[in-house]
Amino acid sequence: MTETLVFYLFAAMTVLAALRVITARNPVQAALFLVLAFCSMAGIWLLLEAEFLAMTLILVYVGAVMVLFLFVVMMLDIDLEQLREGFWRWFPFGILLAAVMVGEMFWVLGNRLTAESGLSTVVQHAADYSNTKELGRLIYTDYVYPFELAAVLLLIAIVAAIALTLRRRKGTKTQVVSQQIAVKREDRVRLVSMPAESKIGSAKKQER
Amino acid sequence: MSFLSTLLPAYAEIFLLVMVSVILIVDLFVVNQNKTLTYVLVQLTLLGCSLITVSTHQPGVAHLFNNMYVDDLMSDVLKLFCYLALSMMLVYSRNYLMVRGLFTGEFMVLALFSLLGMMVMISASHFLTLYLGLELMSLALYAMVALQRDSAIATEAAMKYFILGALASGLLLYGMSMLYGATGSLEVAAVSNAITHGVPNKELLVFGLVFVVAGLAFKLGVVPFHMWVPDVYHGAPTAMTMLIGTAPKLAAFAFVMRILAEGLQPLVMHWSSMLEILAVLSMALGNITAIAQTNLKRMFAYSTIAHMGFLLLGVLSGGIDGYGSAMFYAVIYVLMTLGGFGMIMLLSREGFEADTLNDFKGLNQRSPWLAFMMMLLMFSMAGIPPTVGFYAKLSVLSAVVNTGHIPLAVFAVLVSLIGAFYYLRIVKLMYFDAPESHVPITLQPDSGILISFNGVAVLLLGIIPGNLMSVCAVSVQQSLLLH
Repeated sequence: MTETLVFYLFAAMTVLAALRVITARNPVQAALFLVLAFCSMAGIWLLLEAEFLAMTLILVYVGAVMVLFLFVVMMLDIDLEQLREGFWRWFPFGILLAAVMVGEMFWVLGNRLTAESGLSTVVQHAADYSNTKELGRLIYTDYVYPFELAAVLLLIAIVAAIALTLRRRKGTKTQVVSQQIAVKREDRVRLVSMPAESKIGSAKKQER
Repeated sequence: MSFLSTLLPAYAEIFLLVMVSVILIVDLFVVNQNKTLTYVLVQLTLLGCSLITVSTHQPGVAHLFNNMYVDDLMSDVLKLFCYLALSMMLVYSRNYLMVRGLFTGEFMVLALFSLLGMMVMISASHFLTLYLGLELMSLALYAMVALQRDSAIATEAAMKYFILGALASGLLLYGMSMLYGATGSLEVAAVSNAITHGVPNKELLVFGLVFVVAGLAFKLGVVPFHMWVPDVYHGAPTAMTMLIGTAPKLAAFAFVMRILAEGLQPLVMHWSSMLEILAVLSMALGNITAIAQTNLKRMFAYSTIAHMGFLLLGVLSGGIDGYGSAMFYAVIYVLMTLGGFGMIMLLSREGFEADTLNDFKGLNQRSPWLAFMMMLLMFSMAGIPPTVGFYAKLSVLSAVVNTGHIPLAVFAVLVSLIGAFYYLRIVKLMYFDAPESHVPITLQPDSGILISFNGVAVLLLGIIPGNLMSVCAVSVQQSLLLH
């Protein structure tokens, strides 16, 4: 009973937060609502006894991805008015398309959706069952091939990112470390011997 | 040792991955601006892969890594053609990329990575590895399209390719998750089994199927999911266009076979009618829109859409005839496309892209041999005997007729006739118009020999298509255990 209540609480929070993500005017607020959606989703996963995944969702998505996202949103000057341009003009068309799709789904599925769901309940485990351990065992045994492939995918991402961003543009002033290190005092400071100024006054001349 | 020998069927992939890593490091120390050492190493890697694939071939179907990897005749044959296509692509594009400063180590490494993705896709027997292979291939291709950073049109093409590719991956994954929900497995064979024995939630299954087919259609570039194809083909540097248009189509064919013909075979009634709509729309729109194009790369893009529609005709016919002819069509399509884009790159020079129809005017006066090769390629794409394109179209059509889809076959013939117009227009421009420029054509010896080989292969295979056709039929038969 409590579980059902908690589930509905988290589910409502997720849906509301997700709605606010797309309706919020301020992109920073939208990103923060996405964080809330992730957190409440992690709560639902906890109810499903997927503790490790719930923690990873918080650590990776909330802790790393969304922070990065916030940085990008704050650094880019996003012009919301420009983004919203033409929204109301296309709004009726969008609504029409959405209505057609919903209608089609109902037409195809009819009342069969509610009749029989075919979904099974969560498997109950003993108290000492470790979700993390099971995942680890599977990743390094049964799923070692996709695991390695995912590693290769990351390698490609690194190569691609470097190939696309590291380039020499003409006209940019870059540091040449070897030249900086090999610099001598003579290159930086120029000692010029000049005759002393004589106009200032006779008092100074006498001092010398 | 016993552990290593269990990995025998996957030696080619392992060798490729090791060599890519080695090349990645070696390339750092290659000071030569032309990257000759890297290039030679890449070609040797491809040769090594093909030797390994041939020598580790075993009769029958072998499964590996908990049934996530499958090695059968179809995968070996398709992999060999992928190596060939990639190797030819590198020969054709070497000089083209060198004068544009794009022939870098990263280009070759990314090309090999995309090959690895294709190989993973070709021998995947699990939705997870199918998807990972697709992403491996696509990620490398997105980056390669964007490599020409100073070109606005290439960057735009890369963005479109990336965003629509991500959308397609999302559709595919969503469909796969529904299939998993309905059948309880991600394994191709197990999914097929579960559906045959009946699943409680048939609607979920069909919904998943719709998403999977839409995702596949995006990746194949068939109507109505074709919007990215012309822009990407046009915007990307020609060498990258050639790569996108060739070997990945073989991998996509394997993907369609694994997921539709093997995994979802019990739902054939549903997906064959979907493929029918996709095929009819693609053939019509591709062939008719191609007529209006003045840019050759864009024209090839629309012709690709039409060819993919034709390929789907073979797939939806089913059986050894249908699947075999579709595989034959894919291989021949790759051969012709390599020649077509190769010709654009041969005629291009520094600061000049020979990618409009006017650039081909009077080619016969400038170089009769190249004009003859281009004529053979165009005849083959149009499906005119005695070139191999005719035989490819004929075998698909006969499979369609044998399954009783007579109106479909008639329609395919009619739109192919429309399509013949724009291929023959190039032949007319080459032979009957006066050249617009008289700049002498400088041929590199390697790509010059290769284009001759390519054109002659199109002709010879057209005269004696039997061997290749029977290889395709046998490999499809053995992989699907058809009788």
